[in-house]
Amino acid sequence: MTQAPETVFGDDIVAKAQELKGRYPESRSALLPMLHLVQSVQGYVSREGIAFCAEQLGLTEAEVSAVATFYTMYKRRPCGEHLVSVCTNTLCAAMGGDAIYKKLSEHLGVGHEETAGEPGEPGSITLEHAECLAACDLAPVIQVNYEYFDKQTVESAVELVDKLRNGERPKPTRGAELTDFKTAELQLAGFFPEDEERFAADVDGPSAAEETLRGAALAQERGWIAPPMPEEGSRG
Amino acid sequence: MADTASKTDPLTPVLTKRWLSPKSWRLATYEQLEGYTAIRKALRMTPEEIVELVKEAGLRGRGGAGFPAGVKWSFMPQNEDKPHYLVINADEGEPGTCKDVPLMMADPHSLIEGCIIASYAMRAHRCFIYVRGEALHCIRRLNSAIREAYAAGYLGKNILDSGFDLDITVHAGAGAYICGEETALLDSLEGRRGQPRLKPPFPAAAGLYAKPTTVNNVETIATVPYIINGGADWFRSMGTEKSPGPKIYSISGHVERPGQYEAPLGTTLRQLLEMAGGMKDGIPLKFWTPGGSSTPLLTAAHLDVPLDFEGAAEAGSMLGTTAVMVFNETVSVPWAVMKWTKFYEHESCGKCTPCREGTYWLAQILERLVEGRGTEEDIETMLDVCDNILGRSFCALGDGAVSPIQSGIKYFRDEFVALCEANKRELVGASA
Repeated sequence: MTQAPETVFGDDIVAKAQELKGRYPESRSALLPMLHLVQSVQGYVSREGIAFCAEQLGLTEAEVSAVATFYTMYKRRPCGEHLVSVCTNTLCAAMGGDAIYKKLSEHLGVGHEETAGEPGEPGSITLEHAECLAACDLAPVIQVNYEYFDKQTVESAVELVDKLRNGERPKPTRGAELTDFKTAELQLAGFFPEDEERFAADVDGPSAAEETLRGAALAQERGWIAPPMPEEGSRG
Repeated sequence: MADTASKTDPLTPVLTKRWLSPKSWRLATYEQLEGYTAIRKALRMTPEEIVELVKEAGLRGRGGAGFPAGVKWSFMPQNEDKPHYLVINADEGEPGTCKDVPLMMADPHSLIEGCIIASYAMRAHRCFIYVRGEALHCIRRLNSAIREAYAAGYLGKNILDSGFDLDITVHAGAGAYICGEETALLDSLEGRRGQPRLKPPFPAAAGLYAKPTTVNNVETIATVPYIINGGADWFRSMGTEKSPGPKIYSISGHVERPGQYEAPLGTTLRQLLEMAGGMKDGIPLKFWTPGGSSTPLLTAAHLDVPLDFEGAAEAGSMLGTTAVMVFNETVSVPWAVMKWTKFYEHESCGKCTPCREGTYWLAQILERLVEGRGTEEDIETMLDVCDNILGRSFCALGDGAVSPIQSGIKYFRDEFVALCEANKRELVGASA
């Protein structure tokens, strides 16, 4: 069932792979982004994807496999249109993350790294429990295609996946407008929208959560400041 | 601690100040708010003068270990026989840690300006920012900011007519906590499995592609422009003698107002809790971490410990990343420790036996214990396994893995024993 890489990855992907190689002093450094690139085409890192990276970088398939299997974000089975990651590390878990994961797992009828629906089809969802997603002040957090959905509850999480299954694209709390897993993977490979306006819209997607700004806002409210910097020239 | 409290305001927004501005991530905003003024000064200094200034300021690494940044920089060779590299560790993944992600989202140009100054000081012309893959919005913001910086002449050839050239590349990771360890990060950046390297040689001698390399944390480098502009004495007017400067404390968990609070180093949990509105719903504090799950747990007895590198160490913990995770009385310590241990087991890279095998068995024992199938002997077994991991692993991941277990048992042994008590009765047939 394995296809020849050239039937899966077209000239545009080859061109992108070449561009990635050119970004580094030594070409092997392009392997991690290139694995994101092949994942953006197929929704997972397949045998063909591994062969493609090996061929582009002059590595053996064993060398590429060894890398691909080391990292959690490279999926070895086809993913859904969306990847839903629920943080179940201790803090999020204590704040409700475990309950959210359990409920979503029941609701979707799938376990860790399993897909509800036909992988790649509209509305299909791959579920996973994730380690700390570096948003602990906004716990419990979920990511959809690596965009943040902060301060979730069991109810809001169910609503979120139901919308995804219905083909809706709910807005993340922090991040760009939701697309799909493959599009996110293309950005992780280092390729952003060529259209400047479209890229600007992604970049300007929200980020300033109330929690993020709490310290700065409190300081402003109370008139607390860092000591002023000395005037130019008066410094000892 | 009293010194700190008296000489500055309770919060000292330096890195976080700009975050309040609309579209703070855009070059236009950054330039309006003193952005890219520090590189103009820095590029008129010699590299040695910058290293000296950062040393004088006493800036210590904000990624967990607290190594003096200026000293680290001074390890780089002064000649340029080989290319030099600056690598930014933006692989924020230590449980509880959530300061670099908001920093890169809100103010990516401060990191870029810091990268330019640090690269100039270390004679590096290539800089890589290794961002964890899950932080997609940061990756976007950084790429966009770098695009803006090139267009404005802050990056590329002959920056601001100084003759200095620098290129920055953002590199997305792929989900591996171990890549936060600097040598594992370098292996990962070279396109390999992220496994730590034996030191020495240290990266300054043989780092990326075996060339002289310095790896610094995001917050560390984003602090540098302010030191250039404010000077060493200004920087030292915040914090303590050995731990100077402001620091972003990330408060999470059972508090009323979790969030990012930038305060002088040496601030206490009592002070932080006050600013964060106290314990959520008034439920009392049970345990907390000063700087992520790899820093030993502390309790309500440690509310007045000054949270700087020395104070946290004296209290038997570590400052780590100042990821203050706060847990109230409703949370079971053995459960929390079990969850963290499963994390370390999952993230252990497998290179060294004590960590690979140790975390595997510790997770099994803890799961059994939490399910009520443990015996008191298990507690001793765990401590014994911890002894065989601590200081015997290849890198700090192993040391971090034992922190919650050892400190959890130290302060809450009763809870572990209680889980075994029930089982003991069963063993002697009491339930029959």
